[in-house]
Amino acid sequence: MWGSAAALALVALAQTLQVTGRLELGFTTWRPTLYAYILWAIALCWGQVLTRGEQGKRVLFVLPAALFVISLVVFPLLFGLLIAFSDWNLASPTGRKFNGLDNLRQMWGDPFYWNALTNMVWYSLAIIVEYAIAFGLALLLNAQIRGRKFFRVAFLMPLMLSPVAVSWMVGKSMLEIRFGPLARLARALGWDNPSFFGSAEVARATIMVMDAWTYIPFMMIMILAGLQAIPRELQEAARVDGASPWRGFWEVTFPLMLPVSITAILIRLIFKLKLADIIINVTSGGPGGATDSVTSFIFREYRDRSNVGYGTLLAMVYLVLIVIAMTILMKLAERWTRQR
Amino acid sequence: MTGQIFHDSSTDLAHRARWLSGRVAIYGALILWAVICLFPIYWTITTSFKAAPDVMKGHLVPFLDFAPKWLGWRSLGLSPNTIGAESTVRAEFLVRFTNSLVISVSSSALAVALGSLAAYGLSRFSYRFGFMRNSDISFFFLSQLILPPVVLALPFLVLYKELALLDTRIGLILLYTLTVLPIVIWIMRDQFAGIPTELEEAAMVDGLSIWGAFATIILPIALPGMVAALILSLVLTWNEYFFAALLTSTHANTLPVMVASQTGSQGISWWSMAALSFAAILPLIVIGVVLERYIIKGMAAGAVK
Repeated sequence: MWGSAAALALVALAQTLQVTGRLELGFTTWRPTLYAYILWAIALCWGQVLTRGEQGKRVLFVLPAALFVISLVVFPLLFGLLIAFSDWNLASPTGRKFNGLDNLRQMWGDPFYWNALTNMVWYSLAIIVEYAIAFGLALLLNAQIRGRKFFRVAFLMPLMLSPVAVSWMVGKSMLEIRFGPLARLARALGWDNPSFFGSAEVARATIMVMDAWTYIPFMMIMILAGLQAIPRELQEAARVDGASPWRGFWEVTFPLMLPVSITAILIRLIFKLKLADIIINVTSGGPGGATDSVTSFIFREYRDRSNVGYGTLLAMVYLVLIVIAMTILMKLAERWTRQR
Repeated sequence: MTGQIFHDSSTDLAHRARWLSGRVAIYGALILWAVICLFPIYWTITTSFKAAPDVMKGHLVPFLDFAPKWLGWRSLGLSPNTIGAESTVRAEFLVRFTNSLVISVSSSALAVALGSLAAYGLSRFSYRFGFMRNSDISFFFLSQLILPPVVLALPFLVLYKELALLDTRIGLILLYTLTVLPIVIWIMRDQFAGIPTELEEAAMVDGLSIWGAFATIILPIALPGMVAALILSLVLTWNEYFFAALLTSTHANTLPVMVASQTGSQGISWWSMAALSFAAILPLIVIGVVLERYIIKGMAAGAVK
């Protein structure tokens, strides 16, 4: 069984190699390889049970997910590395051309990419404000209030809405300069000529606010869960000892919430780094790239020039930067929590 | 403390006033934020019943400020008097809607199935694949969360082109499953860790196999967690825009893509855009209101260890 599976994979591989190279067997796509791969994967799982018995059955729990992820992440990543160092315009008939480090050189001199990266730093810094608001809301929801269920549902709502619909609802209609309700409000508050996407700073802030609006509930719920896990006696003990609510919060609640807070912020950061939908749909990077995130920049880069190679390289560099940054942050967070 | 413990009506009153003002502040903040959260939805609903002059004048309250009209819904073919008639827009809307539905439901189901199995295995048995131990395997799965979609997008574009999976539902289903799988594994690992091992041990003494014990004993207990994971993935996949915009063109477009493509062309006819946006978010609003408990449970799962 084991051998047959391996043979099957080999046959499929040879077949497809022939198709790409010399022999013409009538295949137009790579579909046969896909089917062969699926068959092999099933045979592999089956073989585990047959050859290793009880242990094989245990492996069967993890194996399907592992195979799925490997085939859909590791393989495309390797493939992406290959494309990243080539000049490949999907529209041109010449196909892929290996061009070594040219893409890297182009990236180095691309002011828009660096601009998008600095924007990402700004966007990430906005998380601190989001965190403060989310913490406040979680405290409010954790207080003794009536209609908690209603408020919880209401506060959760923004997270449920699709970013694309939000970007129309808020970005395009409510912030419309002439008759959007928020523009009216701004005018009533004394801002004579509200334009939310006119200057670079204001546009970036507007995008930040819209993104915050969608994701604050997410942090809020994680923090709320953390708050509810704190035993009430602790706060009561602090109050009996004569601590004011303010000091009670900073010296009892906040330190206890530190691990949860760090998890929430890190996860929020991961989501923030993927930020694109709102930008693509509201400003498409404008004015002058001031609101571009890396993702939206690559999206436009691909749509305008359909150069797969360059876009992939940019994404790969981004991935490397993210991995480095996240590793440092996680290490820092770990050390920090252990100190406390 | 001046010793007048029993004669403290004035301080008592002051305390009461402070308590009252605290209440007012709390409810004020709550209501303010609720308005911030709900106003855009309210705005969208009302706008979908407005005509051009109502939009320009910024009318807010239906019946009082303006007379609601079916303009927006008529352009979608969903108003009462066009519901019977042929409508190309409605047909397109329904196609997109079914696409979104099929893709999000099947990818979430697939992710929950694969993810729960993996999470169960990782929480119960110890594995060794080469140099990888249990914690490494878990980290391998969870680290997918960090991977930004852009990195995969363009390679997938090329691969799908070669595999003839571009613009098909299956292609999107596979990708969406991948994007929500780490979240499902995270939630489910937490769930299974909370179930005592003695349960399956007892079942296995009674003669059930590992898989039998899993299916008959563990699954029913972990079901609420699975529902939470499923709903969270449903929300995420329903809203996904980036991959859908890149990998589909005509057949497998999802609803967000349709909404996005209309923003450019129909930017001025607000009522129809509002109707379309509202139709796109309605399922989520319903899910949010009805199943809010599960969503919160799912999101809170990883927060508290």
